[in-house]
Amino acid sequence: MGKTLAEKVWEGHIVRRGEGHEPDLLYIDLHLVHEVTSPQAFEGLRLAGRGVRRPDLTIATEDHNVPTTGTDLPIADPVSRTQVDTLRRNCEEFGIRLHPMGDAEQGIVHVVGPQLGLTQPGTTVVCGDSHTSTHGAFGALAFGIGTSEVEHVLATQTLPLRPFKTMAINVDGALRPGVTSKDIILAVIAKIGTGGGQGYVLEYRGEAIRQLSMEARMTICNMSIEAGARAGMIAPDETTFEYLKGRPHAPEGADWDAAVEYWKTLRTDEDAEFDAEVTLNADELTPFVTWGTNPGQGLPLGENIPDPEQIADESERYATEKALDYMGLQGGTPLREVAIDTVFLGSCTNGRLEDLRAAAQVLDGRKVAPEVRMLVVPGSMKVRLQAESEGLHEVFTAAGAEWRSAGCSMCLGMNPDQLSPGERSASTSNRNFEGRQGKGGRTHLVSPLVAAATAVRGTLSSPEDLD
Amino acid sequence: MEPFTTHTGVGVPLRRSNVDTDQIIPAVYLKRVARTGFEDALFAAWRGDETFVLNNEAFRDGSVLVAGPDFGTGSSREHAVWALKDYGFRVVISSRFADIFRGNAGKQGLLAAECEQSDVELLWKLLENEPGTQVTVDLQERTVQAKDLTVPFSVDDYTRWRLLEGLDDIGLTMRHAETIDTYEKSRPGFKPATLPARAG
Repeated sequence: MGKTLAEKVWEGHIVRRGEGHEPDLLYIDLHLVHEVTSPQAFEGLRLAGRGVRRPDLTIATEDHNVPTTGTDLPIADPVSRTQVDTLRRNCEEFGIRLHPMGDAEQGIVHVVGPQLGLTQPGTTVVCGDSHTSTHGAFGALAFGIGTSEVEHVLATQTLPLRPFKTMAINVDGALRPGVTSKDIILAVIAKIGTGGGQGYVLEYRGEAIRQLSMEARMTICNMSIEAGARAGMIAPDETTFEYLKGRPHAPEGADWDAAVEYWKTLRTDEDAEFDAEVTLNADELTPFVTWGTNPGQGLPLGENIPDPEQIADESERYATEKALDYMGLQGGTPLREVAIDTVFLGSCTNGRLEDLRAAAQVLDGRKVAPEVRMLVVPGSMKVRLQAESEGLHEVFTAAGAEWRSAGCSMCLGMNPDQLSPGERSASTSNRNFEGRQGKGGRTHLVSPLVAAATAVRGTLSSPEDLD
Repeated sequence: MEPFTTHTGVGVPLRRSNVDTDQIIPAVYLKRVARTGFEDALFAAWRGDETFVLNNEAFRDGSVLVAGPDFGTGSSREHAVWALKDYGFRVVISSRFADIFRGNAGKQGLLAAECEQSDVELLWKLLENEPGTQVTVDLQERTVQAKDLTVPFSVDDYTRWRLLEGLDDIGLTMRHAETIDTYEKSRPGFKPATLPARAG
């Protein structure tokens, strides 16, 4: 029987096959590090007298804590500053390449890896961050790990792991204009639920996926974790090779040819079998938004907020009531009538150049509604520079949005970019959990196009609602 | 790591599904660089609500958390496990755990015991009817027992073995250092490297 893409990458990285109940020991090709989940791992190394086995397969960036204004000044919050300083000291001590605040390559770890050409097909990529699944867009097996595992990888460049199950997510047909890869993934999560992918690596397949750019593919793989999956993958193709060619760390010359030859083998065999399959039709999708407090609580923008009284299942009714109570919403209200205070465009989900371009196109010649604040936070300083070279920053500022420096920012509010209690956002990020964007804040997850249209109208909207 | 065989302590019923790691410990507490002292951060937002279960005197010293399905979803933060442990929890029971949380728990000696949802419901009823009830979790037998109720739980064999023995993962892997050396020699030359840094 043939193999799936995930199985091929797994097989290629087995250092030692586990015996009995032991897991396999897997080699890790690329380890991404940031300031939040690494300090205790480095401390563990020091305490045990261990070093970093492969600094040359490790790279660090500052992203979660960094402010997005005044980045030439020291970080005002002393606790954040200590964490960032700790990363700097650790990288210095262990010889790890770091892109600190103010550096031209600084940015969100999941934007930086691909943009440098470090994320490549058929590699294993880990990071102490659940959105490491982003890198699966290249046909890499990429997943988030905890701090103990960060320490494990630093010390050994391997991880003991149990094989995952595989699930095919077939997205047939073609997306209609105004519908994006964000809408695909929100629809997938609503369909299979926040636990639906648990124990699986998802492989996104089908015509609609093949048509997507690398950036759009990253958006989809990024949110695989929101369906509970460990990883999401897309088989590499010409779009992938085209994206990688010429990037700073992409192979060159004969290495490039050898790499492409290998990369072309990275597709699920015709006779391979998945443990589960889900199919969606892209033609039927419309802009999708969340109404509740987990990413599975989403609906097409044209629908009404669920009415708990119409829900027969007791535990689902209770969960819906709790979510609506937190969100300050009334069941039965049309989603388009929900008024928004803040629009956040950015994050490792939707903070890349293509996302900024899409939103700028909607905002060009328009104004952000007077009662709405809009933050535009590029995923990396490189993205920011590229956007500025295209004049996108002028479109945003002319519309009344704030043009910021790179970082995780309001996706999780570890820096000063936060929602106040009761404040409601339309956010292109990945999680609408209670308090995620600031204590008491209320989050609706949306695509960049919906974010921009919402900023103009002041209520959840898509570009087709604009004059 | 301290070996885990059995544990007895007060059971805490947490009637919530999808308890994500942002609820277990909000991001603002992740700025610390120490590995201990997270007890104040556990369920920080919910603890402001006086009806929250841990604010009930009978449950305050709980050490066995009985939660709804999809516990530990979302962020990979191991701080969630540290906060539960620092507060005093040794066991979390749920019918379904997020993968990363389960892995993190195993590394830190916090037992993530998977029970049938119907058994979780029975435990909830029992603990709510008699707050302060002691629960015994036996890793050898894979059972949870409270009063007359005994229900089975599952945990994978490898994690169970490591917990019972109190083994450190890195030490186990270091035993295979030569195998890692051999594998590294077979890696193709076109694989990416971060050093030396190349300009963009």
